Amino acid sequence: MKTSGVEFRGLRRVFGSTVALDGLDLAVEPGELMALLGPSGCGKTTALRCVAGFEHPDAGAVLIDGKDITRLPANRRDAGMVFQSYSLFPNLNARDNVAFGLRVRKVPAARRHARAAELLELVGLPEHGGRYPHELSGGQQQRVALARALALEPRVLLLDEPLSALDAKVRVTLREEIRRLQLDLGITTIFVTHDQEEALSIADRVAVLRAGRLEQAGSPAEIYDRPATPFVAEFVGAMNHLPGRLSGGGVTVLGRLLPVDGPIPEGPEVDVLVRPEAVVVTPMAGDGPSAGEDREPAAAGRESPGSGGRAVVVASSFRGSSARLRIRLGDVELLADVPGHDAVRLAPGTPVTVDLVRRPVLVAPSARPSPAPLTAGAAVRRDAG
Amino acid sequence: MAAVTPILPGDAGEAPAAGAPARPGRPARRRVWRGVVLIVAAAYFLVPMGASFWFTVHSEQQGFSLSTYAEILSAEGFAASMLLSLALAAATIAVVLALTLPALLAVRLGAPRLRPVLEVVCTLPLVVPPITFVTGISTVLRWGPDYLAATPFWATLIAIQDETFPVVLVMAYVVLALPFVHRSLDAGLRAVDVRTLVEAARNLGASWPHVMFRVIIPNLRPAIASASFLTLALVLGEYTVAALLGYQTFPVWIVTVSGANGRLSVAVSILSLLITWLLLLVLSGAGTKRKDA
Repeated sequence: MKTSGVEFRGLRRVFGSTVALDGLDLAVEPGELMALLGPSGCGKTTALRCVAGFEHPDAGAVLIDGKDITRLPANRRDAGMVFQSYSLFPNLNARDNVAFGLRVRKVPAARRHARAAELLELVGLPEHGGRYPHELSGGQQQRVALARALALEPRVLLLDEPLSALDAKVRVTLREEIRRLQLDLGITTIFVTHDQEEALSIADRVAVLRAGRLEQAGSPAEIYDRPATPFVAEFVGAMNHLPGRLSGGGVTVLGRLLPVDGPIPEGPEVDVLVRPEAVVVTPMAGDGPSAGEDREPAAAGRESPGSGGRAVVVASSFRGSSARLRIRLGDVELLADVPGHDAVRLAPGTPVTVDLVRRPVLVAPSARPSPAPLTAGAAVRRDAG
Repeated sequence: MAAVTPILPGDAGEAPAAGAPARPGRPARRRVWRGVVLIVAAAYFLVPMGASFWFTVHSEQQGFSLSTYAEILSAEGFAASMLLSLALAAATIAVVLALTLPALLAVRLGAPRLRPVLEVVCTLPLVVPPITFVTGISTVLRWGPDYLAATPFWATLIAIQDETFPVVLVMAYVVLALPFVHRSLDAGLRAVDVRTLVEAARNLGASWPHVMFRVIIPNLRPAIASASFLTLALVLGEYTVAALLGYQTFPVWIVTVSGANGRLSVAVSILSLLITWLLLLVLSGAGTKRKDA
């Protein structure tokens, strides 16, 4: 299969008073799976539709293999697309749906039927060729749609939230199968999703979009561990916002001086962004359900806990390998992830001390109107983990 | 590509959702009521038809006889008016579909905000009485200053009034059929995700005509069939416009004949009802037929 790179150059698209794309610049390498991730209205679907030819940018260009295709009609773009809603032609059975593009290109019947059978086998539905869309489940319909998009051996595969209409279990199996297929075929793929877990789990690179612009593009690990902006940090994974004070090239938060990663806003009062797994929780000696037991600090990274704020576990949600705790510190709450086996001794009501793993943190301009005490004022902005 | 490992079936075994089980009720009583409603409704239609049929086949003098029906075929003007009405119906269906379907599609895909406008325009003929409509048409047709006599405009005005095939009637019927055709097609378009189907087809390399004839029309077949049937029924039953413009269409012929031969005109009405039903069956059959690519 041919592999091609896709490039968005200063793409701009305005709908009435809404700016869907505001100068998007992004390059998708040949053979890679790029996930476009962002909240509703960030322009990710519009960007994909610009590649497919269903939207025409007001400014900028879309290039495939270095060639400007911005003005090319949709039927001459050579980009296979799988849609969010079920898009199989209801009057055709699965085999004829897959063979539709080949029929348009006047491929002889015998060859297109053989090709359709081959593709249906590829997506795991060799026995379903004679079935009509209404006789197929949602997952099966999207598999047939995938086979149909691949039938013409397109240069680029475009996936517009293809899993969002499916139930959770099917979604997970199908996304893994899409990834396996993509790797096997080596086809350049752009996958639009608002589901960060989906994006992080199957993409080679993730591009986070916000208000029509690229916030950050990088590997899933980069996006999660080294978010370039507070928006990315907040959007991908759960994030605590703790009040901190800039001092001596670092930031003091929960009584500990930590190095700062990324841009430093004007201080001295700032918001420090901390992942739940970077919060170290230690049961306090002689108190609560864990009294008398092993008092090692419970945290994802056990790096030199310090003497943080005194707090109490408010709620605990067990997730198997880990548990997410909601902890009250002063008059506010924060999230912490601890190993699953620690959940018992950190039951709600347990007094604990909280501390932070020593690693660089992102800081954002303080959202608070007046200076807050350094060991209080923590707020949880988002829980999407 | 054939060498690639097939992916596992996964959810391939999933079955489409089954319908919910029927609620237990009081079947015997419900069945009785259903029967009553059916009998009353059937009587409403069948009694007048039965009475009409009896009127055409029985007389005091001759007793039972089917001679009236035999008369129809030889009656003067029957075949000509019937053929004219069928030809007008076919032309009207073709024109009204060719006008409405692309318009509805264009509005739905390109300018959804214009949908209410299109709906009002298409519904307008319902609120204009046919007598007003035909008065307007005849006024326009009569108008024609002498200095236009040598122009193609004049020639066109005359051509569309040709008695063998009055195009002016097709134009009038297209307007009269618009509300029904619009309703049917709009309901059909609502039932399918037209935008996604069009985009999927375009994405697979289909040109616009290909999208229209291979994707849209096959998936709108029931709606197109119902629009066609309503138009056919309208044309086969329309009297006012044809009569006032002076054309001998089938309904006009029935009325003309009824003055001279009441029994014959009732027999023709029954026959036309049967023909209409037959065409309905043909059209609905065409509407539900599934055709493989």
